[in-house]
Amino acid sequence: MSTQMQARPADAAVTRRLKIHVLRYNPQDPASKPHLEVFEVDEAPSMTLFVALNDIRDRQDPSLQFDFVCRAGICGSCAMLINGRPGLACRTLTSGLGERITLAPLPFFELIGDLSVNTGKWMRGMSERLEAWIHSSSEVDLRRLEERMEPELAEQIYELERCIECGCCLAACGTARMRPDFVGAVGLNRIARLRLDPRDQRTDADYYELIGDDDGVFGCMSLLGCQDVCPKNLDLQTQIAYMRRKMLRAAVFPGS
Amino acid sequence: MGNSNELAVGAALTGRRESRLWPARLDFMQSASGLFLALFLWVHLFAEASILLGKDAMYRVTMFFEGYYIFGDPYPIIITLFSAFIFAILIFHAVLAVRKIPVTYRQYRVYQDHRKVMRHEDTSLWWVQVYTGFALFFLASVHLYGMMSQPANIGPYASSDRVVSEWMWPLYLLLLVTSVVHAAVGSYRVGVKWGWLPARDPVLGRQRLKWLMRGFIVFFLLLGLASLATYVRIGLEHRDHYGERYVPTWLQESPPQTAIPEEAP
Repeated sequence: MSTQMQARPADAAVTRRLKIHVLRYNPQDPASKPHLEVFEVDEAPSMTLFVALNDIRDRQDPSLQFDFVCRAGICGSCAMLINGRPGLACRTLTSGLGERITLAPLPFFELIGDLSVNTGKWMRGMSERLEAWIHSSSEVDLRRLEERMEPELAEQIYELERCIECGCCLAACGTARMRPDFVGAVGLNRIARLRLDPRDQRTDADYYELIGDDDGVFGCMSLLGCQDVCPKNLDLQTQIAYMRRKMLRAAVFPGS
Repeated sequence: MGNSNELAVGAALTGRRESRLWPARLDFMQSASGLFLALFLWVHLFAEASILLGKDAMYRVTMFFEGYYIFGDPYPIIITLFSAFIFAILIFHAVLAVRKIPVTYRQYRVYQDHRKVMRHEDTSLWWVQVYTGFALFFLASVHLYGMMSQPANIGPYASSDRVVSEWMWPLYLLLLVTSVVHAAVGSYRVGVKWGWLPARDPVLGRQRLKWLMRGFIVFFLLLGLASLATYVRIGLEHRDHYGERYVPTWLQESPPQTAIPEEAP
């Protein structure tokens, strides 16, 4: 630690001093009011916001609340509003931002405190509401090999399975912000993924029951905030448009 | 989901047949009616731009839409009926679009704040649609009612008199800007909404569609402004002869001559 600390003044000429404005609020504390608190951090090479936040928590304010697990854009825990736009703290390099950085918790989700929100609670509710698991009436015999699947199909499913449920798509969605019952891109993507899977025996009519209304795919106003902020670069625009066409087809030709 | 259950209970109590299929139909009809109105607007702007080719050209276009080249006589009632049809589609589209507009202060505030902090083009474009769409409720209604009630007052002089002497130019200016922007942005949004893109790659397709949207806005604004300016010029020149109708050159005998009305009596 001491080596790093001593090296800092020498780097001061080349490193920036970041002014990180963090929205502080603890809903558990009646005396707490939402306010921006400024922390100054010396920028280090290849520093991510995740590193900067840990630096603040270690050296300046141990009470600062934020979530992280993997540090590699896989767990989706560190999603937050970075200068107003949703993103993952662990995947955002400070070098790509100005000296003044504003961090706020993801809107839409239940606030735990400061930058920490309860995305898991909402995601679970969404999963239950959309019955987002394989529906199959056939018995699974664990002693036998799984049914084979074409590699191309497996690739397609895997592509949609890459969603980490970080919640960025919902925080970026004007529709979800206005209408909290909207299932969002994460929900529609999940249904698109299950629809591809031959093991799920549900038909489009069944899926229509789940997403065929204004809380589902027909509530989407195509603002494409989801598409433009998704940290995993999922093609949500195409998935939602595809599901919209399929659900329209299911409505126009109910028997097919 | 929750709403559906409430609808089902209401349907059971009132004896109404509730169809779960309506949300899909409404969503599609909103897009389809919007696209139809956008196409109509673009054709309309070309037709009215005929004044740029001269008064005779605009006169011929007027005669064409009044059925002269089909029935042998002009029938302005065709304009009335067609305007009423467009009005009906407009109301239908407005009813469907209203489903999405923020209706409470909370929704309005949340979206407005979201739009400001996100600084995201498509999020802002929808806000443009809300504002222009709301303005069009009133602007388009005035124009359409005028066309329905006075269908015979269309022509190189009659239209110019309406623009200048009857003080319609401020309304037409606002109507031009709002309708051109709303139609182009709406068509772009229909494209991305249903995945009807001009490229296989969705990112490229969206980019191209957005450039088309910008191109349509610029082109039709320029076309509309040039046409409106021409009507204003003719209207100013014709101000002292307000009410007098245009006589096409091929009917203008050597002077002196009496004015032949644009429409058959």
